[in-house]
Amino acid sequence: MTVMEQRGAYRPTPPPAWQPRTDPAPLLPDALPYRVLGTEAAAEADPELLRRLYAQLVRGRRYNVQATALTKQGRLAVYPASTGQEACQVAAALVLEERDWLFPSYRDTLAVIARGVDPVETLTLLRGDWHTGYDPHAHRVAPLSTPLATQLPHAVGLAHAARLKGDDVVALAMIGDGGTSEGDFHEAMNFAAVWQAPVVFLVQNNGFAISVPLAKQTAAPSLAHKAVGYGMPGRLVDGNDAAAVHQVLAEAVRRAREGGGPTLVEAVTYRIDAHTNADDATRYRVDAEVEAWRAHDPILLLERELTERELLDEQGKKAAHEDAEAMAADLRARMNQDPELGTKDLFAHVYARPTTQLLEQEAQLQAELDAETAGPEGAGR
Amino acid sequence: MTTVALKPATMAQALTRALRDAMAADPSVHVMGEDVGTLGGVFRITDGLAEEFGDDRCTDTPLAEAGILGTAVGMAMYGLRPVVEMQFDAFAYPAFEQLISHVSRMRNRTRGAMPLPLTIRIPYGGGIGGVEHHSDSSEAYYMATPGLHVVTPATVADAYGLLRAAIASDDPVVFLEPKRLYWSKDSWNPEEPDTVEPIGRAVVRRRGSSATLITYGPSVPVCLEAAEAAREEGWDLEVVDLRSLVPFDDETVTASVRRTGRAVVVHESTGFGGPGGEIAARVTERCFHHLEAPVLRIAGFDIPYPAPMLERHHLPGVDRILDAVGRLQWEVGGR
Repeated sequence: MTVMEQRGAYRPTPPPAWQPRTDPAPLLPDALPYRVLGTEAAAEADPELLRRLYAQLVRGRRYNVQATALTKQGRLAVYPASTGQEACQVAAALVLEERDWLFPSYRDTLAVIARGVDPVETLTLLRGDWHTGYDPHAHRVAPLSTPLATQLPHAVGLAHAARLKGDDVVALAMIGDGGTSEGDFHEAMNFAAVWQAPVVFLVQNNGFAISVPLAKQTAAPSLAHKAVGYGMPGRLVDGNDAAAVHQVLAEAVRRAREGGGPTLVEAVTYRIDAHTNADDATRYRVDAEVEAWRAHDPILLLERELTERELLDEQGKKAAHEDAEAMAADLRARMNQDPELGTKDLFAHVYARPTTQLLEQEAQLQAELDAETAGPEGAGR
Repeated sequence: MTTVALKPATMAQALTRALRDAMAADPSVHVMGEDVGTLGGVFRITDGLAEEFGDDRCTDTPLAEAGILGTAVGMAMYGLRPVVEMQFDAFAYPAFEQLISHVSRMRNRTRGAMPLPLTIRIPYGGGIGGVEHHSDSSEAYYMATPGLHVVTPATVADAYGLLRAAIASDDPVVFLEPKRLYWSKDSWNPEEPDTVEPIGRAVVRRRGSSATLITYGPSVPVCLEAAEAAREEGWDLEVVDLRSLVPFDDETVTASVRRTGRAVVVHESTGFGGPGGEIAARVTERCFHHLEAPVLRIAGFDIPYPAPMLERHHLPGVDRILDAVGRLQWEVGGR
């Protein structure tokens, strides 16, 4: 008799502490990414919201193009473009209320500008003159996080703290597919679920972690499936469908705000450009794949929908592009000015009060700068 | 002047009192970590806090150090003052990325817009017969990270005062608790424990003229014992308790060594790449013309922390300290 046959022969009583936890079925994501544009669901979408999304998409694409150009001119040390992923970025920003918080990763500058932060300030990290260019409290946007997934526990902690204080604040944290392999992703998901924290995790699955494809990143059926193991719902959405991403995120935000706990949203999208300008994407993917995704461009999808429903005419398109062009011109002009570098900042913000040692080092640097200004004759050595 | 009755109390009691007083004084103070709630912590430092202040103020977290510290960062962003417990020294290592990549530099990266007022309590050091990963002295890692304060008390009164100061600090503080001193008693006034020690000041624990022992945390009582024993040899040793490794009190240390002309740095942590190297270099730079001998270091050996039955051979003891003092070129200096 085999072991399985033996098992079938009797019904063991469970160990004393065992009780069923929750039913996993309602937590499971749909089999296919959820879509709105081009489906019957589109008819119910708010026209005003679709127009706002469109304007921001166009603006976002223009920002991506402009920032990439600034890299080529040497104005930015590096720029990780989110071309093709604008729908995720814009929806993430527009779905939040003013009191909510956004936790972006380094690729999420578009979400940050869509949230209202000055485009120049979003680029200080990449320009290299300072790390975080904006005051995180002013727009409730955490600093762009370069380490992967480490900002997710911050989002959980902030949301938890807000709830403890009785504020109905939601935190939305953004991450890429590669980041889901990090330990901090796991710990953040687990803390969020255990604390029922009002957090929404948005994974932008753009296909690659630099060069490593998703198949080599995870063996999970989908990244959204990972949610089930923590006891939170996982949602799968077409990341190029701005209306769908917004709708799924809005549902998750509403649930979080009403005390229903966290949600993991996987947006399936594609990184049209290379990881950064330092990366050669032709080494790890074929043109045909990129072209297929270009045909599924988030701006095209939304433009088609708006045009068919006569919500957007040529004049509306022109207005959106003119607005984006003005933003780009302003960004270009201000980025082409050399930033003023404050050497005092090197020491001023390490501690609330600089230590004696830091004050000594600051004086040393000042002496070096004075000697530089005085020139070789004035140096007096 | 009224005489205050000083009662014997343990360092553990003083730490608990400090947490309780801080929580009572400021509703934004939250204690969190593994086992800190119902159990009161494996060392019982958080005993009674969950009962008194509720689960929301003293929270049993999932067992995940990066998650504990990472969520504390978010809580601090929203205006709370989290006090995080890492259960043992070596258990804090999973939280290193949060500590080094975020906690230590959030103020700096935001030009002061987002300070993180949080305290990370870590029981550290050996001498309690702990198994592997329960006895590390990891202070050098924290000292090497700009943006963190690193403090460690050696007396019951300092345990109270420094912990209150750490929680009140607007910067992140790594608060290292010498676990073998948890149950040591000395005189402390629990009726009036309101003295809050400023972070960053060393203190002379024992006046002396022959040489200075520079030490901190668990090695302070050992050095005081060595100083007593040294009297038989005719040496009058001064003992400086650093209390704060970052910021470092150059002034007190330098003044002492200039007075005595000789110095030995004593700590449990490894010598190579350890705190003693930094301290010896600073002392040499500032006191070279006052020194009668090279600054010596008595540290733990450069080995992973040994198994408990061997740890007494590893930890700097009185004999090893006296031996170092004996090597301070007395015949040259002629003191």
